[in-house]
Amino acid sequence: MSMWVTVTINGERVRRDVEPRLLLVHFLRDELGLTGTHWGCDTSNCGACAVWLDGEPVKSCTVLTVMADGHEVRTVEGLEAGGELDVVQRAFLACHGVQCGFCTPGMLMTARALLDRNPDPSEAEIREAISGQVCRCTGYASIVRAIRWAAAEERRNRTATSEGGQ
Amino acid sequence: MTATERLHAGPEHAGQTIGAHHRNGHRPEGHGPGDRVHDEPADPRPIGHGRMPRKEDARFLRGRGRFLDDIALPGLLHLAILRSPLAHARIVRIDTTAAQAHPKVKLVVTGEMLANLPGLAAPPRASDKPTTPHDGRNLAWMPTLADDVQAVLATDKVRYQGQEVAFVVATDRYAARDALELIDVEYEPLPPVVDPRAALDPDAPVIRDDLVAAGKPGPPNHCFDWEAGDKAAVDAVFARNDVVTVRQEMVYPRVHPTPLETCGAVADFDPIEQTLTVWCTTQAPHAHRTLYAALTGLPEHRIRVISPDIGGGFGNKVPIYPGYICAMVASWMLGRPVKWIEDRYENLVSTAFARDYHMTGEIAATRDGRILAVRATVLADHGAFNAVAVPSRYPAGFFGGVFTGSYDIGAAYCHVTAVYTNKAPGGVAYACSFRITEAVYLIERLVDCLAAELNLDPVELRRRNLLRAEQFPYRTATGWTYDSGDYAATLQEALRLADYDALRREQAQRRARGELMGIGVSFFTEAVGAGPRRHMDIKGLGMADAASLVVHPHGGAELRVSCQTQGQGHETTFAQIVAEELGISPEDIRVVHGDTERTPYGLGTYGSRSTAVSGAAAALAARRIRETARQIAAAMLEVSPDDLRWTKGAFHVAGDESSAVTIGEIARFAYGPDLPAHLESGLRAELAYDPPALTNPYGCYICVVDIDPGTAVVRVRRFIAVDDCGTRINPMIVEGQVHRGLTDGIGMALMQMIAFDELGNCLAGSLMDYLLPSALEVPDFETAATVTPSPHHPLGAKGIGESATVGSPPAIVNAVVDALRPFGVRHIDMPLTPSRVWAAMTEAAARPAAPPA
Repeated sequence: MSMWVTVTINGERVRRDVEPRLLLVHFLRDELGLTGTHWGCDTSNCGACAVWLDGEPVKSCTVLTVMADGHEVRTVEGLEAGGELDVVQRAFLACHGVQCGFCTPGMLMTARALLDRNPDPSEAEIREAISGQVCRCTGYASIVRAIRWAAAEERRNRTATSEGGQ
Repeated sequence: MTATERLHAGPEHAGQTIGAHHRNGHRPEGHGPGDRVHDEPADPRPIGHGRMPRKEDARFLRGRGRFLDDIALPGLLHLAILRSPLAHARIVRIDTTAAQAHPKVKLVVTGEMLANLPGLAAPPRASDKPTTPHDGRNLAWMPTLADDVQAVLATDKVRYQGQEVAFVVATDRYAARDALELIDVEYEPLPPVVDPRAALDPDAPVIRDDLVAAGKPGPPNHCFDWEAGDKAAVDAVFARNDVVTVRQEMVYPRVHPTPLETCGAVADFDPIEQTLTVWCTTQAPHAHRTLYAALTGLPEHRIRVISPDIGGGFGNKVPIYPGYICAMVASWMLGRPVKWIEDRYENLVSTAFARDYHMTGEIAATRDGRILAVRATVLADHGAFNAVAVPSRYPAGFFGGVFTGSYDIGAAYCHVTAVYTNKAPGGVAYACSFRITEAVYLIERLVDCLAAELNLDPVELRRRNLLRAEQFPYRTATGWTYDSGDYAATLQEALRLADYDALRREQAQRRARGELMGIGVSFFTEAVGAGPRRHMDIKGLGMADAASLVVHPHGGAELRVSCQTQGQGHETTFAQIVAEELGISPEDIRVVHGDTERTPYGLGTYGSRSTAVSGAAAALAARRIRETARQIAAAMLEVSPDDLRWTKGAFHVAGDESSAVTIGEIARFAYGPDLPAHLESGLRAELAYDPPALTNPYGCYICVVDIDPGTAVVRVRRFIAVDDCGTRINPMIVEGQVHRGLTDGIGMALMQMIAFDELGNCLAGSLMDYLLPSALEVPDFETAATVTPSPHHPLGAKGIGESATVGSPPAIVNAVVDALRPFGVRHIDMPLTPSRVWAAMTEAAARPAAPPA
């Protein structure tokens, strides 16, 4: 048995015939070759598979592809725009937020979502936001630092833009 | 202002003493033993050592890393493994008929079939496939990294829950899993051995009847005995009537390294060329290739092992797993590439665990706190097969060499008894530095117990016994040598950062209010960077590592190393090592690793040996190139080589800096037509580094905890870590390594345990049951450095990968026990879960002689 789904991935509409049980993480990785989204635990504990579904971070190991039918998905491959890294990507580079790189895509997606709804998060808010995701390498300190760095950078950019407009 | 500058200028960095930053290509002059290192402005693009963002991040940030499961090949098939639901059972019958009939299934293989396969050297024959009983082990068994064998697929019986029983290959991963459900296995359950303390009982069920049948002497479940030190000398100290002795039993529980990426392999056998390419999650690709050759009968030159990007290893990816062999066999049988990757349950229940050391420690001291002797009796649970990854002469790892810790203790003796149980194999993993974790935990807990007994502050007791700077090189009571250190300076720095005296005052105030605050201290000494090869080998492979370095005509360089990064940032650190020696920008140096076809031989990355061994090889290869470059520069400038001086990146005639020729100009000349006939064309060097000795990173950690008296939840409020790993190539990466280890320590001390029920069912088969620290359980760490360069390492570097994992657990346990001192608690076994802490509080309170809270 299979079903046709139409999903908008990183702004691009794709239509595929899938098994109803196919997990979104496997759809992204195996069907579309978007291997930036990782799989780590099966039980929604590790968050390596975090992507956006209609703008909200979800764990794609516990979302069926058919549930994404007609919806928008954004993955780590959709963060970079016009050849420019997103500020959260630059922040993880600057603050050593990456070690093995396996949790990184999920962390980046959560970080981006956090800053979109809270441009000036406290350290406690950042830790809360990423608490559903496991990193085995960094001890989180540099990831927290990176997200604070990204928030500060975006605030600076916004100020510069608004001043430039006056 | 660039991103990097901002990082180091910003307020985010407050609270960290920045590590050493050596810019001038020299040994860290001015940083004598124990010198504290002060803040230095960061060069965003150092040509050499120093903080710089990682080169490899570019791909990881974009989701363009290439991990094992990302590998897609034309015609790729998927392999899934059927595992035993029982810890101990005889296999009566396996019926694979229904699985084979599944329309998407290409192959179903059982242990009996592997027992018919002598190897992969000859082409597959139709007669290989029938399931006729066979006495031979053949590919049904494989050697472990220790002196034992392990079943690839069970033939006779299963010996732990999760053991491999059969595999299926199908056209997609879901179908392969479906077909596992169609395999019918009839088991005859046997009583399991779960508690290692019962393994040697005369009536204990026999786990390794295969070994007994082969003539293994002694109790059937006995694995090995090992001892170190001078028993008589220790006994004599303990017999004295003028010493204070303390005895404490403690368990370092079974834990699991749990890299975020599970283990897996893609095997691709080419039946025409008779070559086997194996991508696998290995920390030691060359060693794996040699062992795959020994097992399969294919010569090494027909096997290529590629270790792609590795999503964390921590020792979990050192052993050879049955799944790797299954993938190779399947590809050989089918002539198509086959992928196997574990799910999280499989990773947790079947791959290399760590620790499981049941220890009794005893310590003897004078009444004024001078430690005289230490004794350790250890029962080691090795699971069903002895698959530890340790140098072969040290079956208990380095425990016996270093369990006197960082102290001047005249007499020491330890005895380790290892047993088989019906649990997964492993034991040496999880950043343990070959069991130094267990040794450090033992001595650091004992010192705290002794301090309580003597009513001394634990810092004061340590101060009275720490090795003094003038004692280095120091020989431990069990005959091991520590290369260098100034422990008092490191202790002092940690106390200063923590403001220890103020913490003690705060604790007194809080105690008066009924609050539970604890302060724990640990001091650790590591022994890492194995070999030398004459003392250290794994399966007869000497622990030396090679590096190959080429400077190309355009002045860029390529470094090929045998070690394998799992997130430690080798592509950056190793480029910086070469940059420091040759003055080439790290951006222009490519580091190649993780592929036996493109790198020279070496034993790989574990035991904190990458910088200590491969880093030395890289530096020496670069220095050899520099000497070749000197000859070439002399020809270019028409002077004697002796008249040339090196400043980073160029040779010039002594006294005439305007005469300089850069390394880039030298490289171009080296490949050109004008190179004199007596010089060999090109600019390259390859060498293997055989370490003259181990290196000894060390550190002092201070942990502050608060315990909720109503719930017994422990919260780590502060963690201060002062590490001395000698020269720091990239202090940013070093700090990241420390952060990881401290988080490991918090996880092990407070949360993580692989537990079993009485039937041998693993109770930690998912991340809902095996609890890993999240961002909410760890504080913002306070790290700092002292720098005592290793006297025998070309860079003065000692290694850092495992220090914090080794050193942090006792600091946390010491802090919790310290917090519970009003209850009369002397020890609690890890993990210090709320239920265990609560039990300790209430049991102590219920004791009639309990001191007032």
